[in-house]
Amino acid sequence: MLRFILSRLAQSFAVIFVVITATFFLVRLAPGDPFSSERRIPEFIKQRILEHYGLDRPAIEQYWNFIRNAAPKRFRPDRIFEEDPLMSAFGINLGPSFTQARTVNQIIADTFPVSLELGFWALVIALSLGLTAGLTAAIFKNSALDYVPMSAAMVGICLPTFVMGPILALIFGVWLGWFNVSGWFLPQDRVLPAVTLGLVYAAVIARITRGGMLEILSQDFIRTAQAKGVPYTRIVFKHTLRGGLLPVVTFMGPALAGIISGSFVVETIFQIPGLGRQFVQSAFNRDYFLVLGTVSVYAVLITLANLTVDIVQVILNPRLRFED
Amino acid sequence: MPLLQVDDLTTYFHTRNGTVRAVEGVSFHVHRGETLGIVGESGSGKSVTCYSMLGLIPMPPGRIERGRALFDGKTDLLGCTPKELQRIRGKRISMIFQDPMTSLNPYLKVSTQIMEPLQLHEKVTKKEGLRRAIAALEEVGITEASRRVHFYPHEFSGGMRQRVMIAMAMITQPDLLIADEPTTALDVTVQAQILELIRMRQAANKSAVILITHDLGVVAGMCDRINVMYAGRLVETGTAEDIFERARHPYTIALKRSIPSLGQKGKPLYTIPGLPPDLSKPIPGDAFALRKGIRSGGKYANVAPPLEQVSETHWVRASDCELPSLEEVLNEC
Repeated sequence: MLRFILSRLAQSFAVIFVVITATFFLVRLAPGDPFSSERRIPEFIKQRILEHYGLDRPAIEQYWNFIRNAAPKRFRPDRIFEEDPLMSAFGINLGPSFTQARTVNQIIADTFPVSLELGFWALVIALSLGLTAGLTAAIFKNSALDYVPMSAAMVGICLPTFVMGPILALIFGVWLGWFNVSGWFLPQDRVLPAVTLGLVYAAVIARITRGGMLEILSQDFIRTAQAKGVPYTRIVFKHTLRGGLLPVVTFMGPALAGIISGSFVVETIFQIPGLGRQFVQSAFNRDYFLVLGTVSVYAVLITLANLTVDIVQVILNPRLRFED
Repeated sequence: MPLLQVDDLTTYFHTRNGTVRAVEGVSFHVHRGETLGIVGESGSGKSVTCYSMLGLIPMPPGRIERGRALFDGKTDLLGCTPKELQRIRGKRISMIFQDPMTSLNPYLKVSTQIMEPLQLHEKVTKKEGLRRAIAALEEVGITEASRRVHFYPHEFSGGMRQRVMIAMAMITQPDLLIADEPTTALDVTVQAQILELIRMRQAANKSAVILITHDLGVVAGMCDRINVMYAGRLVETGTAEDIFERARHPYTIALKRSIPSLGQKGKPLYTIPGLPPDLSKPIPGDAFALRKGIRSGGKYANVAPPLEQVSETHWVRASDCELPSLEEVLNEC
């Protein structure tokens, strides 16, 4: 088990490194540069700016400088709550932003917690709603308790967030006046964005849960359990749940990534100062260091999510375990 | 009084493509300590008969149309509440299934699964349950049981898993064990061991056994009495001698002629021509007469053939079908 985790961890590091490297060269290959705007900048000023940021150097030298600055150099989790947590806790310096007064470190420190909180609440909603609906539908197969939640889930899958968001804002924000239609100040401001983001994933999780549970419930070993006189509730929770939830766990890897990095639409609709908007904006602005910074954060997050999913799968499914 | 008395058991499956008459008016009985074999080819209703008694038929589409299965002279298995049936299943009637690869839960340790009947029906503590689980594994010939009881099913071979199934089924010392083709999925060398094991555990617990199989060879050495089923109906029932020495029904005779070990070496093996009838259409008369390649006098074309008594133990369903000769069968192919 330990060996499995260590090897996966090594793979994760390799993935993150490749992603960062690819991003570094791809943004530089993209047409345009950070300083071409509508107003023409005199050539000698542009030269000075490029020199200031070290962008006049050969690409390979810039790459080396970036990697050296961005690599973690210390491990002080106790200092993670300071002004510049990435720098003070890990010694990571992701460089300056070309379009904002803050450094990339500061931008991430300001916006990432917001995205993380939004993602967390969305995940809570997606899992609680999706699992409940999926389990109910599987247990009461071919009854109203199956058809109603599954139809709702189908609608949920078909409605993209940029449709769902405005509808929810209209109903609960404008007509009923329960929540603000945008902003991220009060605790109740979390509700609409989290619901919007969570519902789509709840719908998918509900369908996967139902399918997974029904698959296991039709297996021979469930008949064995019945023949032993096991009560139905125990069959569902003891004999079926583990195997039935495996597909959900598998789906949680990409879902986590989607919930956290795909929050751009929701952040825009509800005017939330999250990382998703920085991510998209930076790409439009050719804000090289900000692109690299946000991509790195997402890469770390997504590989972490997938690593966790892999480990949970091994815990749930004994057939995946090997002798150490 | 027999341990189990089944009367007129009839199970239909109401599917979108019509009603499949899987079991039609089957009656039989099992005495304490006795072994009853139920033979017939695939789809003859052997398994459905037993699943019906234990409430293991998926409903819908399945439905038990009529019948009675009196267990121990008191409980009608077909008419009692699900709660009552649950108390009997796994405690007084246990089952072993065909494929040991899929019949054990791959997500749970063997110990959890073997202890389950004890915990459910006898309310034993975990410690006591584990002790008896280990003892049960030792009784079915699994070495190092105290270590291997904590394994998962995929860490056992097929034959070992069937041993685990037997240990699990016998741990509550049931009055009746239903073995649904227990050796079909196993290696020939393991088959004999598993049958011998069932017989040993049966003797130790004084249980009755219903052995469902399509292999007459398996039945021969094991069973006191044999039911032969065809197209959901009983066609012949009698003691092992009645069936093997004095079989009357052409289907039974054909089954016997198709046993490889009884044929002569070098001679082609007899096979029954045609296929069993489609059970989704009602069969008013002799179902065997409908089989392609079987000649019949037409006496039972539209009249249900009655079950006639031959001797005290031997009953045969009337039939005027005639088996084709070996040459005809071979030409047919």
